[in-house]
Amino acid sequence: MKSNFLRFFAIAMVVSILGVPLFAHHGNAAYDTENRITVKGTVTQWFWANPHCVLQFDAKDDSGQVVHWGAETENPTTMTHTGWTKTSFKPGDEVTVTMITVKNGKPIGRIAEVVLPNGQKLAGRVIPQLPAYNPEDPAKQ
Amino acid sequence: MLKHFVATGLVLVVCVLSPRTSQAAPQSGPAKDQKATKAAAPAPEDHDGWGRPVTAAPKSQKPLPAPRHDLSGTWDPGDGGIGQLGSKAMPEDGRPEHRLPYTPAGQEALSQNKPSNTIRSVLPTETNDPVVTCDPQGMPREDLYEMRATQIVQTPLKILIMYTFGKIWRVVWTDGRELPKDPEPRWYGYSVGKWVDDYTLVVETIGLDDRTWIDRAGRPHSDELRVVERYHRVDRDHLDLTVTIDDPKMYTKPWVALDNLRFDLQPPDFDVREMICSPSEFAEYNKLIGNPASEKGHK
Repeated sequence: MKSNFLRFFAIAMVVSILGVPLFAHHGNAAYDTENRITVKGTVTQWFWANPHCVLQFDAKDDSGQVVHWGAETENPTTMTHTGWTKTSFKPGDEVTVTMITVKNGKPIGRIAEVVLPNGQKLAGRVIPQLPAYNPEDPAKQ
Repeated sequence: MLKHFVATGLVLVVCVLSPRTSQAAPQSGPAKDQKATKAAAPAPEDHDGWGRPVTAAPKSQKPLPAPRHDLSGTWDPGDGGIGQLGSKAMPEDGRPEHRLPYTPAGQEALSQNKPSNTIRSVLPTETNDPVVTCDPQGMPREDLYEMRATQIVQTPLKILIMYTFGKIWRVVWTDGRELPKDPEPRWYGYSVGKWVDDYTLVVETIGLDDRTWIDRAGRPHSDELRVVERYHRVDRDHLDLTVTIDDPKMYTKPWVALDNLRFDLQPPDFDVREMICSPSEFAEYNKLIGNPASEKGHK
């Protein structure tokens, strides 16, 4: 029972935490912006390029299978302003990634934060989403 | 195997039990550790294109006077130049005050343009934004989307404006010539500039290729578009840009797309980063993110 309990948490690598949605300039239509997950995994590739950088990493899902994630940031120019570089990651790095994910269930995300092996935290480009306009109550907009 | 699960589980239990934090604060890890890390971690260091640290100018210094008839320098609008929801002064966010005065033709043209952002956002594979195929942004979109550190070089006859995004440059003639009559359309059109006072240059641009969008939101334009840019040097270190759109085919009246967007002067040795739309890089991004993110289905 105890092991099942721990296993539940061990394999529940998805931790949903309500947060302020992201709004990156390449669109949010594919994303569930209301929820974030945190995943611990091993870097396989760091794509430092336009239009967006992509961190690829492997992490185990709730059945113990390795899932290959792709998580995007903004472009290198923007990320450089907050301390990201072409050498921020290398294959084999153990990282903890907090992100929003796509609605279709694919292992695709947009990064809110990454914790590096040395504990350093890199913040994703996070811009609060504008509230939806409510024509019934324009005074509150 | 079980050991692995237990170890991972403990990490995740800590994540679950950690207090919810604000947007600016980290969301995982024990609160005590967060505090310690926050206190110890230096602020992220920004670098220019040469890899040299960029230091912010002191805030309290007294403004220095602007030189007369001189816009030269490297100017950075910060986040104000990104325009992710369309032109900064009129973003397409659904608010009625940001609704543009479309003609029927303008409304129809707008409906054909499918942006991957704004309230009309479509999936990455469904957009027809010309920029995703690395077409030139053209004018005025160069001013309204992804406008970043911008270099302005003056000569006696012309002004060169060199943009970060796409490593694009354009010429503004200041030799007194008139705009051409019935010009062949170009991505960046034909621009002339006139000083209207010691610190304000007004640039008019016509002859623009109507394949481009006005902004990220897919606002359309025709071959009758006339763009007016007003560059006002506020003091030595600050420049404001206002952009007005006049296209009678698409809009019933002119509208302001940028309203005094503020630029900060960068040090003279500031090296601008390279930011280029590479078709091969874009294809790789679509393979990794854009295409799988657009696949239909639901978990």
